[in-house]
Amino acid sequence: MHGFRYLENVATLELDAPNCIGCGRCVEVCPHGVFTLNDAKARIVDRDVCMECGACARNCPVGVISVDAGVGCASGLIAEWLQEKNWRRSSGCC
Amino acid sequence: MPRIATRLRFADRLGSWKARWAIGRDTYIVPPGLYALGSPDEDAPVIVTANYKMSYDIVRAALDGRDAWLLVLETYGINVWCAAGKGTFGTDELIRRVKQSGLERVVTHRTLLLPILGAPGVAAHEVAKATGFRVTYAAIRATDLLAYLDRGRVTTPAMHSLTFSLWERLILTPVELVQALKILLPVALVLLLVGWLSAGLSLGVSLAVALLGAVVCGTVIAPALLPWLPGVRFAVKGTIVGLLWSGGWALWGAGSLGPAARLGAVLALTVVTAYYALNFTGSTPFTSRSGVRKEMTSALPAMASALAAAVLLWGWAALS
Ligand code: SF4
Ligand code: SF4
Repeated sequence: MHGFRYLENVATLELDAPNCIGCGRCVEVCPHGVFTLNDAKARIVDRDVCMECGACARNCPVGVISVDAGVGCASGLIAEWLQEKNWRRSSGCC
Repeated sequence: MPRIATRLRFADRLGSWKARWAIGRDTYIVPPGLYALGSPDEDAPVIVTANYKMSYDIVRAALDGRDAWLLVLETYGINVWCAAGKGTFGTDELIRRVKQSGLERVVTHRTLLLPILGAPGVAAHEVAKATGFRVTYAAIRATDLLAYLDRGRVTTPAMHSLTFSLWERLILTPVELVQALKILLPVALVLLLVGWLSAGLSLGVSLAVALLGAVVCGTVIAPALLPWLPGVRFAVKGTIVGLLWSGGWALWGAGSLGPAARLGAVLALTVVTAYYALNFTGSTPFTSRSGVRKEMTSALPAMASALAAAVLLWGWAALS
């Protein structure tokens, strides 16, 4: 994914490392190599490349990862905002 | 048990082409369930995919000549990545299909191979708890499946890293273009009529072409040139392409329009291109939702101001 980076310091990814059991799932599912496993503990090495897909949080068996995952296109976000105001139903991006 | 071929026929390829152009895309599906690829036995791998016909075709073509079980989930004709985001390529559906197909009596092993991009929808540990099958995320691209199986089921770093090549970007653009044209083609026709009635057919054609060109710039050209356009913000990348197009049009193609009307058109056309470039974030595999939200909070007011200025300029042009 060289040459493709988006805005920095915005990703909502959080890891509660002390409670990680070191299963390695997050490393397996993340397509951007955000995690590494050191001494049976997961660690975030590059939060800025996280695309907030939610795969790591969904697959962590002990639930120590959190991320605000969801649609990421302009029209989808506008639809979400309108839905919050009950103006129309939300639709996805793809 | 349905048996299926690993060779694609002309009808499959034509269908894929139509789906990419959003023609009948919503109904481009295969029935969910368990399929036999070749003549698999109880040790053959089980590969899970979506019931989007194109995903299914890519998987079976990639396994060319190999024996395997294909477990197709009901994703309502949507590809793995998008369906995982919506949750239809998800934990509940996978558990249901494993049970319904009687997979535990079909194979003796207890491993399901899933595409890595399906992981946002599937909680592997919950599937294991409910079915006894262990989920392994094998590779990102189905075309790596054969190499994955042949190398003793090892995911190499290359199989695990995303790419977003020119071709991978381009195949996403027809759907974007068609979606945009559903809204803006009628607008282009209105412009054609307005221009024609006020100053002759050539101006009408010029206005319509200017708008359609701005749409193509935002939905096709900006995505294609993505890594080479400066900046990280998609709206900025779109603005650059949009200004080049609309500026060129204003200099050489705007016919009898006065300077104020031209400037207004440049602003409005650039907004159109910038908006569709920004919307492409929804199709890229690297933009975060928080990032898009942040970009929108500055881009949308800027776009609204540019449109307001365009309207003022047109009003002024009409009055003077
Ligand atoms: S949300 Fe997706 S991209 Fe971000 S760290 Fe988790 S798996 Fe990786
Ligand atoms: S998935 Fe959770 S428990 Fe497993 S290594 Fe990652 S953070 Fe630790």
